[in-house]
Amino acid sequence: MSSSFQIDFSEAGVTQRIIGIDLGTTNSLGAFMDLTGPAIIPGPDGEHIVPSVVAIPESGDPIVGIEARAMLTTDPDRVIYSVKRLMGRGLDDVKEELKLFPFRIADGSESVIRLTIGNRTLTPPEVSALILKQIKTNAEAFLNETVDQAVITVPAYFNDAQRQATKDAGRIAGLEVLRLVNEPTAAALAYGLDKRKEGIIAVYDFGGGTFDISILKLHNGIFEVLATNGDTHLGGDDIDNLLIAVALEDIQSEWSENIRGNQEAVQILRKAVIEAKEQLSFAPAVKLSLEWRGKAYQRELSRDVFNKLITPVVDRTLTPCRACIADANVTVEQINEVVMVGGSTRIPLVRTAVEALFKAKPHTELNPDEVVALGAAVQAGILSGDVEDTLLLDVTPLSLGIETMGGVVSKLITRNSTIPASAMENFTTAVDGQRNVLIHVLQGEREMARDCRSLARFDLKDIDPMPAGLPRIEVKFLIDANGILSVTARETRTGKEQSIEVKPSYGLTDEQVEAMIEESIEKAEADFIERQVREARVEADRIFKAVDKGKQNQAWDTLSDDEREAIQKVYNELILAYHSDYYDLIRDKIHELDQVTRPLAERMMNTAVSVALEGTKIE
Amino acid sequence: MITCWQCKKELEKGLFCPSCTALQSPPTDYFTFFSLPRHLSINIEALQAKFYDLSRKLHPDKYSRKSETERANSTAATAVLNDAWRTLKNPITRAEYLLAQSGLEIGEQRSKDVPPELLEEVFELNMALEELRHGDQSAKVELATAREKFQAMLAASDADLENLFVKHDAESGPPALAAIRAVLNRRRYISNLIRDVDKELS
Repeated sequence: MSSSFQIDFSEAGVTQRIIGIDLGTTNSLGAFMDLTGPAIIPGPDGEHIVPSVVAIPESGDPIVGIEARAMLTTDPDRVIYSVKRLMGRGLDDVKEELKLFPFRIADGSESVIRLTIGNRTLTPPEVSALILKQIKTNAEAFLNETVDQAVITVPAYFNDAQRQATKDAGRIAGLEVLRLVNEPTAAALAYGLDKRKEGIIAVYDFGGGTFDISILKLHNGIFEVLATNGDTHLGGDDIDNLLIAVALEDIQSEWSENIRGNQEAVQILRKAVIEAKEQLSFAPAVKLSLEWRGKAYQRELSRDVFNKLITPVVDRTLTPCRACIADANVTVEQINEVVMVGGSTRIPLVRTAVEALFKAKPHTELNPDEVVALGAAVQAGILSGDVEDTLLLDVTPLSLGIETMGGVVSKLITRNSTIPASAMENFTTAVDGQRNVLIHVLQGEREMARDCRSLARFDLKDIDPMPAGLPRIEVKFLIDANGILSVTARETRTGKEQSIEVKPSYGLTDEQVEAMIEESIEKAEADFIERQVREARVEADRIFKAVDKGKQNQAWDTLSDDEREAIQKVYNELILAYHSDYYDLIRDKIHELDQVTRPLAERMMNTAVSVALEGTKIE
Repeated sequence: MITCWQCKKELEKGLFCPSCTALQSPPTDYFTFFSLPRHLSINIEALQAKFYDLSRKLHPDKYSRKSETERANSTAATAVLNDAWRTLKNPITRAEYLLAQSGLEIGEQRSKDVPPELLEEVFELNMALEELRHGDQSAKVELATAREKFQAMLAASDADLENLFVKHDAESGPPALAAIRAVLNRRRYISNLIRDVDKELS
């Protein structure tokens, strides 16, 4: 029914676009490869950043982003933030942290945390999926095409379970995750440092909830990570919590009232503290104030006091930096450049500390909030073939091993090995007729299994009954380019593929993810309708423009009053329909407007033809 | 006859099918992978250049639009490439790899299996360590001296290895490998001692 001439680029394009997504603790962003380079995808409101905040209202659809963040102070029980800190983790991992979060945890959260909001229960990958979906929707609206492939960034120091959880989130959001790319490496790509042919660079990435340090070697377009280190539980959040603790203590002694238990008050205070922290990057002193139930608290906070307060947090980032330099086998003097990434690198004390350690002035030219998303878009370009000659060689941040006798870990792949990486190990039976062999796989640097991170237990099943020690099962451990482990096994005498049952220690099983995707397909129907509404509105915009233009044309004056009135009436009705959510209503009104404007269109055409005839001689 | 998984035509040596250029399942032996003779003296610069060149050709980033088989082959081939480069670029791991392939694995070194020529030094070292644990700070000087001595022994065994590598490449065979194995054992023992001293001194 389209009435105007148009070329449909979306169908004509053979290759599909891959977008890059920075799924951050505090904020998330999407980016794509434009003709001139990577560019950020704005939301419908023009904002670049999607706060990583999800609100689950009592009825209706989840709310993501700025609106959800605003609900933190009015409806804190229904809002989830900083969910990245819970990705791929079990209850024991986050006990300390949960004291600071207002979330309620459902039973059965040992291997996957389940958050209870009203009568709904959500896992961290599902919450992250809602954020990813928002970015997908923004991208589709902005690029005016379907988007279902993405590169998503993760902290370099994320372990296998955290990476898997991120990939699951992508799948639940309806995105094929073509690559997980490490955030500091992405930042290096965004800086286009490959213009520099040779050199060593360090990327210091201090975000909302995670800290990473990576050291890379550049040569002829290859970005080779030499070493990486970090702390997946260290970020700007920790600074906020410090300030909140100080303020709460102050308030308690001033008001003789403990407001710790009141989520609304704490969230209002959190907002005030974050504002104060951000202002202190520019001002020498700020006023931190809180008004609550008629009482007022105010405190002057100087940058000096702030610096003293946060020094322990900043120092905690320097230990991984030193370890990383040692692992990379370089000296501080050999490091040519330092790149700063993440909102927390705006803090002057952080910049001073980094400059002092690396003896180089840090790069801050690119917006530290956007640089990771831009790098993800570059990686997307590498995958699609749009970016040639650039190649990323990343490493696994943690050693991989198996538990042996006495709970000792035998390392198979050491940390900072370039990925993909693999290791082979032979197993046999200890008892005559034994049918199963259990392999416990761990990640970490410590010698004892109990001090490392359990990844999974692999059960080699249905071994042919034989005398002890006779079966020879060759097990291959493979870490792929996303830093995710897979295990395959084969009986070497028979060459038969050995069946394995995987029991992940943390995270969702494949069946659980499938069920969540299933659920989201049901939701996809709603998304489809939303999409139709959006497309109808685009069409309406086009006809509005055409009619507005027609009114300027001399043909408009040749119409009868009735004709003009009829057009105006339908025009107004379309405006009303436009703001409803009924795409068929919008379509009907577009069709109607198309009909009633036909006399106008014909007369315009005639005028145009007569004008054209005046100037052209027909041969 | 080994055939290409895609076009079913006969394969030659190499990672790619000569007929349809599809990436094949890689060989798992590190020397074969790099088309190197089974020698222990290696030109590292040349190997590194080969590593980067193959990385550009094999990395999964270059195969994200390809078929599932080719994507899997790319991950497998890049894994062998990375494993091989990591192992071969370091003379110690390179020698250990060749030994393991010849059935001469170097087992976990136990602290009681002291190489006989080191007995005296190890005895003195243990005394000093014991004294330090009992609070005698003067033992630190002794330990530092011992550390230097062991460090020199390490350097000496590295030189020994280099000579043995040349000898191995010329004549190969079990005796050459056995000599290398003895030096590697001794080397590992010494570096464990240095590690112990460093632990106490820090």
